[in-house]
Amino acid sequence: MSLLSVEGLTIALPPGGERAHAIEDISLHLDAGEILCVVGESGSGKSMTASAVMGLVPPGLPIVSGRIVFEGTDLLRLSAEQMRELRGRRLGMVFQEPMTALNPLMTVGDQIGEVFRVHGETGDVRGRVLRLLEDVRLPDPPSLLGTYPFRLSGGQRQRVMIAMALALGPSVLIADEPTTALDVTTQMQILRLIRQLQQEKGTGVLFITHDFGVVAEIADRVAVMQHGRIVEQGPARAVLNAPQHPYTRALIDAVPHGTARATTSASEEVLRLDGVRKTFRRGGGLFKRGSAVVAVKDARFSLAKGETLGLVGESGSGKSTLARCVVRLFEPDGGSIAFHGTDLLRLSRAAMKPYRQRIQMVFQDPYASLNPRRKVGDIIAEGPVTHGVPRAQAIAKAKDLLRLVQLDAGALDRYPHEFSGGQRQRIGLARALALDPELLIADEPVSALDVSVQAQVLALLDDIRHRLGLTMLFITHDLRVAAQVCDRIAVMQQGEIVELGDTAQVFGSPRHAYTRELLDAIPGKHWMPPRQAA
Amino acid sequence: MGAERLLRFLAQRLVKAAIVVLAIVVFQFVLIRLAPGDPASVIAGQSGAADAEFMAQLRAQFGLDRPMHEQLWIYVKGILTLDLGFSHRQQLPVATLIWDRLPATLLLTGAAFLFAISAGVALGVAAARRVGRPADSVITVIALTFYATPIFWVGLLLVLIFSVWLEWLPSFGMYTVGADLTGLAYALDVGRHLILPAITLGLFFLAIYARLARASMLEVADQDFVRTAHAKGVPEGRIIRAHVLRNALLPVITFAGIQAGQLVGGSILVETVFAWPGIGRLAFDALLQRDYAVLLGVFFCTAVMVVLFNLITDLLYAVIDPRVEVA
Amino acid sequence: MADFWRRFRRNIGAVVGLVILVLVGLTAVLAPIVFPFSPWEMRGVPFMPPGEMGFLLGSDSLGRDVAAGIAHGTLVSLLVGGVSTVVALAIGITLGAVAGYAGGRVDDAVMRFTEFFQTIPSFVLAVVLVAIFTPSITSIVIAIAIVSWPPVTRVVRAEFLSLRSREFVQAAEVLGRSRIAIMLTEILPNALSPIIVLSSLMVATAILLESALSFLGLGDPNLMSWGFMIGAGRSVIRLAWWMSVFPGIAIFLTVLALNLVGEGLNDALNPRLARRRGMVVT
Repeated sequence: MSLLSVEGLTIALPPGGERAHAIEDISLHLDAGEILCVVGESGSGKSMTASAVMGLVPPGLPIVSGRIVFEGTDLLRLSAEQMRELRGRRLGMVFQEPMTALNPLMTVGDQIGEVFRVHGETGDVRGRVLRLLEDVRLPDPPSLLGTYPFRLSGGQRQRVMIAMALALGPSVLIADEPTTALDVTTQMQILRLIRQLQQEKGTGVLFITHDFGVVAEIADRVAVMQHGRIVEQGPARAVLNAPQHPYTRALIDAVPHGTARATTSASEEVLRLDGVRKTFRRGGGLFKRGSAVVAVKDARFSLAKGETLGLVGESGSGKSTLARCVVRLFEPDGGSIAFHGTDLLRLSRAAMKPYRQRIQMVFQDPYASLNPRRKVGDIIAEGPVTHGVPRAQAIAKAKDLLRLVQLDAGALDRYPHEFSGGQRQRIGLARALALDPELLIADEPVSALDVSVQAQVLALLDDIRHRLGLTMLFITHDLRVAAQVCDRIAVMQQGEIVELGDTAQVFGSPRHAYTRELLDAIPGKHWMPPRQAA
Repeated sequence: MGAERLLRFLAQRLVKAAIVVLAIVVFQFVLIRLAPGDPASVIAGQSGAADAEFMAQLRAQFGLDRPMHEQLWIYVKGILTLDLGFSHRQQLPVATLIWDRLPATLLLTGAAFLFAISAGVALGVAAARRVGRPADSVITVIALTFYATPIFWVGLLLVLIFSVWLEWLPSFGMYTVGADLTGLAYALDVGRHLILPAITLGLFFLAIYARLARASMLEVADQDFVRTAHAKGVPEGRIIRAHVLRNALLPVITFAGIQAGQLVGGSILVETVFAWPGIGRLAFDALLQRDYAVLLGVFFCTAVMVVLFNLITDLLYAVIDPRVEVA
Repeated sequence: MADFWRRFRRNIGAVVGLVILVLVGLTAVLAPIVFPFSPWEMRGVPFMPPGEMGFLLGSDSLGRDVAAGIAHGTLVSLLVGGVSTVVALAIGITLGAVAGYAGGRVDDAVMRFTEFFQTIPSFVLAVVLVAIFTPSITSIVIAIAIVSWPPVTRVVRAEFLSLRSREFVQAAEVLGRSRIAIMLTEILPNALSPIIVLSSLMVATAILLESALSFLGLGDPNLMSWGFMIGAGRSVIRLAWWMSVFPGIAIFLTVLALNLVGEGLNDALNPRLARRRGMVVT
């Protein structure tokens, strides 16, 4: 008998929604000592499945049918109090957002200790908390006890969450996208930690994720979800390498393959950065000086016509700041940014305006990058109109551009909220292209998208880049994406470009230790997604 | 580490408070200069302008014939040495007048504040825990009602009901005139006189705190760390107390600080209605007599009270929230 | 727009508020027709209780008609509330927009200035201002505006600050649009909902402030107002409760209606925040 089995579970959604059920007829089982990954895109119902096991389904979403059998008892028949007693004692859970998952007004020690206290275990709480902090490899446990969460990094907070979830030695750990909000190197550390603790303690882990790389890294078995149903289930190796269901195949197909592309030969230089520096001052006022954070130090690189350069790094590495310096959303403190030989940094706001047409940008967040109060047509036409094109002509051009980014011309008169994330990203691209730029700066253009949509947008971007002969500066934290899109790669760490080279060289024989660390941290790097097409 | 952090924080806030007080004095000076007519007559009070000798004395004292920056310096120096001017009407220094009346106002505002915040937060929490149910609607309606009622009118209604019709509580003054009570009897007498004015002044703020506490509780209850607490198996009651309430109180404290000025301002109205012998009543009398020296003195005094109150709420906030950084 | 109405109508309180507000507006318009005489005019015997001698709401100590006073006072209250709010919005939006958009030192300076005005007890300041500049409808409006703008600045500044770093604003910047165009066409339209909600509440507060000022005898001596009537009835409350009670009800209803409408606007303009069902998850 399995440790945990979900049998025919169906949870309804409020009437009038997109679909009738959040999850429908879900059946899966988890054995002691194994990791079951539940994979799916956003809205697939994977998190709802996890919440149901914990008895944390939001009110208003009735459980229509099914059973959740844990160690022989049906959890759905337990009283609220019995369920509460099980949570934390026999069932532990870790969430996605470490930054908000801890109470900001309670010390780390108190928050972990609370698990013992509320379950009636008052003996030597301090000692047990200290041992837990050691178990999750946090430095200096005694001083951590009295520390508040805001002093810890995201990775450290996630370790605290894990310590809390494992405090009473539960037999099941539910991890709901526990590494999605983390940087790639931290993600790898947390994945290894979960794997290690799970093996030491024989815990069964229900691991929710959207990332097939993570699945390849950690899963024993996999269940793939789509629209609230499980479409495929099986041992990790089988599902990853020989997916049966078309949806699974499509998903795996969409995973960036991470193979470097052929480099284009160098030609005329479009952009040259030299010694660009940017420091942010924080917290200062009229009378006091704030602390300074160096975001970019001494950045130099050049970009040839038709080439794509990837700026790769973790959050806080300064890659987005550097990109924004190029379009002067930030004023650098020093250095030069030469565009066809003209130093943009010496230009006034007015003198910069003609160059605005030639350098455009695509943004990360499809929900924040379009003005919600304006029609799509106006959004796309805004650039040309600003630069003196008559409105009617600009709207006509917007219509052409919509076709170029594979959207219907009817989109012109609609508002952004009527579109999905992927469609909005296309609209953002059309807006940038409306000015016929030569240089396109793409700041994490696909990282907010589901993997299948991500693949479509990347393909579109690649196609347009070729057709229009664009030069591109591509910012990403995802090394697989970078490898697929870029000719050359610049790796940034703490504001500095630590390595710059051809994609094949950077991936094949990295020179800098940090680059090697990054590459090493790619989840599932030993797994090569099978190429049906190839 | 905590004590040192708080001390540094306190020092920093004291400097800030001092700057604000100085700015208030300068602001007052500008106000007098902007007023129509002779600044001396503003200081003396319009209807006191007849006394030419006193006016001349004022002109000399404030150096009104000297350059502007010297006048400012004289004015600032005067107020910072707690010389708030002289009330020609009452033939007493303004500082003395205020000093005599201040305890009554502090008693009234303090009682009103404690009543408002304790009852307000209790009601807000109760409403949030029963969100969408009848009890929530009742509390919301009560809060909205008090929020929309002019406090001087509430005072009059309470007088009408509890003093005139029911004859339960006194409607006038701070103690029974001529009773010459002492000790506990005196305290009880003042207490009886305090009930109606304190409730009158407190009800409006009770409404604000109740609405704020309710909204804040609901917002915090939606946050991730509350879900974490559920996942840990923390019982419902403890989740409310240890996780939701503490975090929900932070905006209430911030707002209490911002609202302090309203509380002090409201005391002018309440003291007028109940003839409470505080600085609010003093201001009202000064208003009737156009005694601007006293009026400006009261203005300065209330502003300083607000600055001090803000200082206290800032400190309280720093004690509760470890994230407050000493920059 | 239809969507907005649907959400607004769902809030029963807001609809009630709107109905009251329309009635208050009608009263203001119809006052000179229904009571075609000056509210200061003596119309009969003093201290008549409501309903007697043709006084619907009684007469005051000089035999003036309380009902006529309330009706004529409506326009004054609404006017003072509306105009002072417009003035306060003009100051608040300008300062807040500049502070939020410019950031840095400008922002710092504006915010210190705003905080300073928030520290000063606003009602006391209003009293001092009206007293020194002699009571008139102009000085009252200006005094109320001067004490009411800081919250607007704070709200607008917060909105501008957060919207400024939003990617669609950065996109407009990259397109080469001018600062003024960005502030007016990209940021301001997205910051409007909190401003609209706030202004309905500000009108309410301004009416309360005006009534408090005239209660203290700082009203415009030529205009009948609700606060003045309550103040006049205060000393004779044992004798003639109606003199204070009815004008108070007028203030209460108007202010309540504005608050209800404000909440309705809030629900309708921020549908995201309006859904507040199911506090805890079990």
